[in-house]
Amino acid sequence: MVTHSPTVARAPEAAAITADLIEQHGLTPDEYEKIVRILGREPSLTELGIFSVMWSEHCSYKSSRVHLKRLPTHSPRVVQGPGENAGIIDIGDGWACAFKIESHNHPSFLEPFQGAATGVGGILRDIFTMGARPIAVMDSLRFGDIARRGKPNEIGKVTGYGAVDEKAIHKNHSLLEGVVSGIASYGNCFGVPNLGGETKFEPCYAGNPLVNAFALGIVRRDEIFYARAAGVGNPVIYVGAKTGRDGIHGATMASEEFREGSEQKRPNVQVGDPFLEKLLLEACLEAMQTGAIVGIQDMGAAGLTCSTCEMGARGGVGIEIEMDSVPQRETGMTAYEIMLSESQERMLLVAEKGREDEVFRVFEKWGLDAFTIGHVTADGVMRVREHGELVAEIPNTALTDEAPVYRRPMQPWQADVPRQMPAHVSLGEKQELTAALKRLLASPNICEKRWITEQYDSMVQTNTLAGPGADAGLVRIKGTDRALGMAVDGNGRWCYLDPKLGASHAVAEAARNVACTGAVPVAATNCLNFGNPEKPHVMWKFSQVIDGLAAACEALGTPITGGNVSLYNETLGEGIYPTPVVGVVGILDDASAAVQPKFQEVGCEIMLLTAAPAAASADALKNEFGSSEYAREILGELWGSPPGLDLHQEAALHRCMAELGSRRVLRSAHDCSDGGLAVALAECCFGTRVGASVALHAGAGIAPELVLFGEDAGRIVISCDPDRSEEIKKVAHQHGIAAIPLGKTVPEQFTVAIDRHTVVSAPVSELESAWARSLERMLHVETEERLVPNVVQRS
Amino acid sequence: MKFGVVVFPGSNCDHDAYHVLGTVARQPVTFLWHESHDLQNCDAIIIPGGFAFGDYLRTGAIARFSPVMQAVSKFARSGGLVLGICNGFQVLCEAGLLPGALMRNAGLKFICKFVHVRVESTDTPYTQACARGEVLRVPIAHMEGNYFCDEPMHARLQREERIIFRYCDAEGRATAEGNPNGALDNIAGICNEGRNVLGLMPHPERASEAELGSMDGFRVFESLVGAMARQ
Repeated sequence: MVTHSPTVARAPEAAAITADLIEQHGLTPDEYEKIVRILGREPSLTELGIFSVMWSEHCSYKSSRVHLKRLPTHSPRVVQGPGENAGIIDIGDGWACAFKIESHNHPSFLEPFQGAATGVGGILRDIFTMGARPIAVMDSLRFGDIARRGKPNEIGKVTGYGAVDEKAIHKNHSLLEGVVSGIASYGNCFGVPNLGGETKFEPCYAGNPLVNAFALGIVRRDEIFYARAAGVGNPVIYVGAKTGRDGIHGATMASEEFREGSEQKRPNVQVGDPFLEKLLLEACLEAMQTGAIVGIQDMGAAGLTCSTCEMGARGGVGIEIEMDSVPQRETGMTAYEIMLSESQERMLLVAEKGREDEVFRVFEKWGLDAFTIGHVTADGVMRVREHGELVAEIPNTALTDEAPVYRRPMQPWQADVPRQMPAHVSLGEKQELTAALKRLLASPNICEKRWITEQYDSMVQTNTLAGPGADAGLVRIKGTDRALGMAVDGNGRWCYLDPKLGASHAVAEAARNVACTGAVPVAATNCLNFGNPEKPHVMWKFSQVIDGLAAACEALGTPITGGNVSLYNETLGEGIYPTPVVGVVGILDDASAAVQPKFQEVGCEIMLLTAAPAAASADALKNEFGSSEYAREILGELWGSPPGLDLHQEAALHRCMAELGSRRVLRSAHDCSDGGLAVALAECCFGTRVGASVALHAGAGIAPELVLFGEDAGRIVISCDPDRSEEIKKVAHQHGIAAIPLGKTVPEQFTVAIDRHTVVSAPVSELESAWARSLERMLHVETEERLVPNVVQRS
Repeated sequence: MKFGVVVFPGSNCDHDAYHVLGTVARQPVTFLWHESHDLQNCDAIIIPGGFAFGDYLRTGAIARFSPVMQAVSKFARSGGLVLGICNGFQVLCEAGLLPGALMRNAGLKFICKFVHVRVESTDTPYTQACARGEVLRVPIAHMEGNYFCDEPMHARLQREERIIFRYCDAEGRATAEGNPNGALDNIAGICNEGRNVLGLMPHPERASEAELGSMDGFRVFESLVGAMARQ
């Protein structure tokens, strides 16, 4: 055990530590007692600050840690599981892939542009810290409603939020606009393609938008770097941006609910500099090539504090640093401020003693600051000096392993919605199903997201085989035959109705999206967005979600290699839906066999691959229908439960897709999700000038809405040349998957018949014009075409 | 025959240009660091896309002062081949090697998408293998691509057939709908008086392999390699 030096000086500005001060630091009286016990004395103010950030929910995972242990994290491909800056899997040919998803929810509400921008910056640093060059990003975004819907009051009642008024809608527009420009500005400048992702709207996110960024990079298997300090006497080097007062207590802020006046916390949000990050990327990768770097970690949440004690703890060594050596942007900064600053674009690295100059030369070339600020010690203690005087002396493990762990109380909970279809809802009477399909296609969650994704550079690096709008992103790996698939999914509404089942669906859908390209899903990362964990029902939902994720990841062979937990997503006591967001990575061995999402030409056969073992009963379908987009958007209702999910069948479906893909028998494959089969079929036609003529069958007592718009999981719409259909049926049968013929691709017209009655019929162009540009119409933004003056040739 | 790809801090399409020249066109290619005056005996210089020096000031406004640009200017003025793509076009305008300026897109947003451009003149080393009026499907990705010059210059560009690419629709009509960013007279690319310096906003290097969705951009590199071989 470590002995403590009696020479610890109180920070000059230290006031006596009062109960108020402890509370302001987000620490409970018990936690403070524990600090005193660990140190064997009262902490200095700097030490109090350090404990407060490291023991915050954001850094310590104190509420979630006991549950996260239940997630599967191993497979033969996993090189690095949770606990590092990013997870890493082996992808063959001597290459590995580093990837992770992270949230920046709280900052994005306070300052949407910078909050989202620095979210992208943070996740990119996590990737290149591992030695990997980022090659793709995606985002999962959630906002409040951006348009009035049929029955706002009833929807409002469901989530506890009031009716959606114009002011709230405007606020949501501006959040969306700010977040999207922030993501665009950072990623575009940095030069990493954004392959899309998902954007969803639900009233519960109005006060707590979710901004989850998913990044992926590649690194040679034998050139991976870890965030581990080693070698007593080795120099500790600070590189990148200078330290300012921005972001102090960002991690603590992210560990609280929003109250009245939380906007005043805006100074806690950092400001991003993507240009500096680009230089940092190139400089770090080049410095790593010198062989002089022992370990490296980015300064993200809790900045210098976190990187110092975590690198020490992982390496079983101590680190001593001097504040006077830290490059500072402002004058008169105290040790407290320097240690807690969350200024962006900074890295801490440990180099081999005597080889510092090799590292400095690289950073100098890229015009970046690099200074030795300390050294590695043998005793496992983090020491901070200011003008030579000790201002903090804390055993690393006190900040990491010994951080509080809570088994928060849990209380089973059920959404306050009818379990069955309410009597006043009637299906099967209305005959305007074509109109309903158009409304659904134009609805916020289903409509075209081009206004968002065209603001992102999706093609830089010239690897993008499938970008925004496809089921999954697909990037080739130059110099190999392979490509990597990635998708991100989550369904908060389903998790609200059934947290465990909803969470399994998130994994299944993300993996299914990857599988649609022909790639084999191999690993996952998760971002767990929840309300206040001190509420027993929130903690229960969290625990249920972990069980759902664990079951699905286990069954689908996609272990979780890391991720992020974002709690306290509450404003004025109102929480968000439990929203686990899952990113899945897949490998496509032969990139030239990639399957397209859209119908390719007229005269192809359309089939449905389905994992559903048997037709569900009419009652079961009705109960599940309450969780659909149709129920939400057209009926303004929410009831029942998410669709059932057979994970073993789902896994078989993915294997079947992989085999069909590698046999090159498919012309297209598209996942059937929001809006059900009718929406999936229509989406396959958009942008192709190909239509579809489809004949469906409804069981006894099953309304056409259930057939068209029901959201049964485990279904993929495929098309093929007619002479391939027998082979496809055979392969599907071998995997225990049904391949049901639906119809044919035809010129321009979209027709669906149920039991020989035509229920939907419209030209594809009409459906497409409902779907395309709908988001722009809701946001009231002029299209760029309309802004372009016809005559600008005036001098 | 050797190509040089200039690297400024913040260039991010430098590797893409290098890839298309080295791997797709199979030509010798090297990177040229911004702090060097030495063009390493390259026969053609590419100023790639990206955000040189962050573009926090006017795009290209800082890059033009870098040592490599002094060498590039000298090279260009003595007839050397210089191709500026996207940010590279902006840098060439700032450096005075091409006339006019690239303003913020009319829609005020960054736009990344495939567009169509029409080849207006085949009398350049960059388009000599194309047909006049040929429509190329190539992507754009920029915030400042809204080309502008004053009317006398515009008249001169037209008279001297120095407008090399115009935005158009799929059928090759240079309409307002086909103009993504508000550029004057649908201008997507121009050349200098000597026709050896070309700047264009679209990214031909992103449309040079079938798996990336279009091979049309390769027409530019094909032309260039062909022209150099004949020299």
